[in-house]
Amino acid sequence: MGVKGKSGFADIPALFRRMTGDEKHEWAAASTLDVLWVLYDRVLDVSPDRVDDPDRDRFLLSKGHGPMAYYAVLAAKGYLEPSTLDTWTAWDSPLGQHPDRVLVNGVEISSGSLGHGLPIAVGTALGLRLQGRAARTFVLVGDAELDEGSNHEAIALAGRLGLDRLVAVVVDNASGTHGWPGGVAKRFEVEGWQTSTVDGRDHGALHEAFTRDHPGRPSVVVAEIGEGERG
Amino acid sequence: MTSMRQVFVDTVEDVMRHDPRVAVVLAEISRDAFAPHERVINVGIREQAMVGVGAGLALSGLRPVVHTYAPFLVERPFEQIKLDFGHQDLGGVLVSIGGSYDDPVWGRTHQAPGDVALFDTLPGWTVRVPGHPAEVGPIVRDALERDDRVYLRLSLRENTAPHPVVEGFTEVRHGGRGVVVAVGPMLDTVLEATRDADVTVLYATTVRPFDAAGLQAAVGRAGRADVLLVEPYLEGTSAHLAAEALADVPHRLRSLGVRRDAELRAYGTAEDHDSAHDLDVPGVAAAVRRMFGHPAAAA
Repeated sequence: MGVKGKSGFADIPALFRRMTGDEKHEWAAASTLDVLWVLYDRVLDVSPDRVDDPDRDRFLLSKGHGPMAYYAVLAAKGYLEPSTLDTWTAWDSPLGQHPDRVLVNGVEISSGSLGHGLPIAVGTALGLRLQGRAARTFVLVGDAELDEGSNHEAIALAGRLGLDRLVAVVVDNASGTHGWPGGVAKRFEVEGWQTSTVDGRDHGALHEAFTRDHPGRPSVVVAEIGEGERG
Repeated sequence: MTSMRQVFVDTVEDVMRHDPRVAVVLAEISRDAFAPHERVINVGIREQAMVGVGAGLALSGLRPVVHTYAPFLVERPFEQIKLDFGHQDLGGVLVSIGGSYDDPVWGRTHQAPGDVALFDTLPGWTVRVPGHPAEVGPIVRDALERDDRVYLRLSLRENTAPHPVVEGFTEVRHGGRGVVVAVGPMLDTVLEATRDADVTVLYATTVRPFDAAGLQAAVGRAGRADVLLVEPYLEGTSAHLAAEALADVPHRLRSLGVRRDAELRAYGTAEDHDSAHDLDVPGVAAAVRRMFGHPAAAA
């Protein structure tokens, strides 16, 4: 079920304002915005009219807090009526501070509690492989979310299973209290993942990293955002 | 005799031969019980990831079977069960072994008498507790055919004879002084403990959803709303549902199960633990006498 009339990146500020009011810079500060835009605009084989197509790519937003960028991109791409954004977090709105797959068209997982998306993505990628489907699974996590041990179980497992249609995106705004010495990518590298670390605002670099071949192993794209940039 | 676990494994493998939807996720436990198969995935000792992976398999369109020892399946990754299956509204079959205290020499770490009570905090789960290996096959086949969320609780404890697997309670004995509900492996103990008592005995392998109508009907036939629940897990686990079923009639309700008031720091055998929790024949018989009166006393 799609919504007519798609928008471009230039429409994002207006969509954001429907949720955040007159905050001038909130949209630009959202750490996940550029990653989400590049994925939905140029990478994912998905569309609003085939959200149940078993061969569609999957995008799992594990870092569910601060979902305004996600909702704005979904609205820009025709999954949501833009007017839905006006009442977000109200009692009868489908849009909460954490997204709910049961309520929002095109949302693959309900998220918000940290450390769930990556293990689910590993299972999804594995299940698609077992069924012989070419669909890819992308999952977005935050750098602080990597603190959760469940992610490290999943990182090791995905490497060992050689899930070559799994791509993890770590939006790294250095928000983890104890940090990751040597960089986030190292944690994935030792488990056999292909790694790319790019500027999380550079659409060209993100696109290139998302579409790099990674035969026989999963890929992680660490999207670096200025320290302390929100969301 | 073939164990419940072996029947579970044999049944899953048999169904997998013709149903490409079925996939198994393990965390080392039972890894040698399953023959190698691309849809049997051992994730290592990673129980959180195991449950998440199971949910991901369901998201991709498969019917996941997630299996390990009860405390590591239910308690350690409980939030994964709540969110990755429940909140995502995904189906799956979770299968535990170990029961409340199948092998007590391992101590508290390997005991999970609170598992069914924990599932009671989550909506939408069917919970089945077979009491005999011959009941496991039909229960597993049914669980694999469905699309919803099912928890199967397997144990080394078993009754001498199986009963036909049905959704609700089965009346295995009729009496007039009240009703005793025996869950899964507790049936033999209950039948022995009530041998001289004039009570109805109901047998349950499906405990969620709770057969409220079956309990109401049995109470009606017995003529007394006096109910004793005998469960192999935490004492009173089903008491709220029995009370709800009997809300409109004056009733008495008593629950037997694994005691809640203390962590039992003892090893020994499962029978030793039955005795400590008053879940052996003398313990259950004493509760039956207190609740329903001894025939000699009634005469």
